[in-house]
Amino acid sequence: MPVLGADMDEGTVLEWLVKPGDEVHKGDVIAVIDTEKSAIEVESFSAGTIDRLVVGVGETVPVGTVLAAIAEPGRERAAPAPAAARKELTHGQPVKAERPAPPVPAPRPPSPVIRHRAHELGIDLATVHGTGPAGAVTRADVEHVAAARLPAAAAPPTDTGPKPPRSRQKPRPQAGRRRVTPVARRLAAELGVDLAAVTGTGPAGAIREADVRLAGPAGKPTPPTAVAAPAARSAEDRTRSMRQAIARLMARSKREVPHYYVSNTADMTRALSWLHDRNRELDVSQRVVPAALLLKAAALAAWQVPQLNGYWVDDAFRPAEAVHLGVAISIRGGGLLTPAIHDAADLQLGELMARMRDLVTRARSGRLRGSELADATITVTNLGDQGVESVYGVIYPPQVALVGFGRVTERPVAVGGLVGARPVVINTLAADHRATDGYTGARYLTTISDLLQRPEEL
Amino acid sequence: MTPDQAETAINEALGQVTPGADVISLPADADLRDTLELDSLDFLRFVEILSERTGERIDEDDYPQLATKASTVKFLTGRSPG
Repeated sequence: MPVLGADMDEGTVLEWLVKPGDEVHKGDVIAVIDTEKSAIEVESFSAGTIDRLVVGVGETVPVGTVLAAIAEPGRERAAPAPAAARKELTHGQPVKAERPAPPVPAPRPPSPVIRHRAHELGIDLATVHGTGPAGAVTRADVEHVAAARLPAAAAPPTDTGPKPPRSRQKPRPQAGRRRVTPVARRLAAELGVDLAAVTGTGPAGAIREADVRLAGPAGKPTPPTAVAAPAARSAEDRTRSMRQAIARLMARSKREVPHYYVSNTADMTRALSWLHDRNRELDVSQRVVPAALLLKAAALAAWQVPQLNGYWVDDAFRPAEAVHLGVAISIRGGGLLTPAIHDAADLQLGELMARMRDLVTRARSGRLRGSELADATITVTNLGDQGVESVYGVIYPPQVALVGFGRVTERPVAVGGLVGARPVVINTLAADHRATDGYTGARYLTTISDLLQRPEEL
Repeated sequence: MTPDQAETAINEALGQVTPGADVISLPADADLRDTLELDSLDFLRFVEILSERTGERIDEDDYPQLATKASTVKFLTGRSPG
């Protein structure tokens, strides 16, 4: 059972995607694991033939438990593999043991053509295993999935939107002509709230998230914690357990990590104008939002100030070899996940943007990969879209820094003795004082600001 | 493009970005980002789909004109009359 995030103690096997005798490659998704926060796709850490599945569907086991045994390549499965030839799939040494294994390169996001085809066929691309370069999903993969599931007739919905992760979907309650925000509608479906019975308090009587929560089964008794059936938690249960997982990790962070905070204001004039010119030449699908530029700057700065990129383990700082940028993604209906964009400092801006879009989509539809949740080396939270000016975050242990971006907004700024209106963003850093001092934090933020003045290099 | 065609395209695009939302009965003057709780990535997706559906190029400079359904219809129909 792999550690899928620093706050995970145990996991439940929801589904095996392989069976004994199947050949697997490193990075293949072999199982779906349910954690407190989400259902997560777990990849194989080695190549070979599945020898046996040790943990059955529906079983909950602590992290570090062997899930399956893989016979290494070159061995016939028929011949019982000697113990030495078996590589046990623990891959779950707690984060502190070693630097996590080199991450599998995240697959390239599917092309618009493939997305379109998947949509036609009612296939959730996040569930398709890619066989193209770097695990990219090809058209053939999509067709293959479509063909494979014909007999199963597993009700392919034409709706590609986020669903309650892996829970059995109830028919959406028809709410007639009433206006309901998408968040509220999703939440209602998750909580089993009949929208017809909800009083809307939004504009023109629109039903908002809060209204659904009010009508929801808030005071229900806690269901038994033992999950007997191989079903994922209910959405309600998930919201609660995710809250608890966040609570534990954040409390631990504030208890153990002596945070210090620094902030600065970066002039975004050049960055925005450069981005504007760049986007003007590009098709919508290739356009980059300012948030992606900020992420790139944060990743490059972490590369340049490596003292903030890594883990505090056993009373010492261990720098990471690459920048895996954790991105805080709010989950509609409550909670958040912080999957990582692997090797973010090395990615072209357009690529990073595509990864970010892909991650957000999959985080919200409950289809993240294990490797994405286990190995962020520094995390970014961006609350700009929510309109806040600045955000001072809480570090995700064992990481040692958390970067916060506020909203890019026009402010009066004095330049050369003259006051003018310029777009600016307030950048913050919360850092672990055990690992670094304020001087290093200041250098990090200055580096971000400087990078944003040279957007063409991002 | 006629106003009806424009509105259909808008509803389809919004429907895809916000699955399950009752976009049809959204008032013409309601702010799309606020009412449908769209973030910048959601909005980009909306623009993307709208552009695909209508064959219209939509630049960033045009985004302010996509604030509401009514203004978006105006934008789309004003561009290529008829």
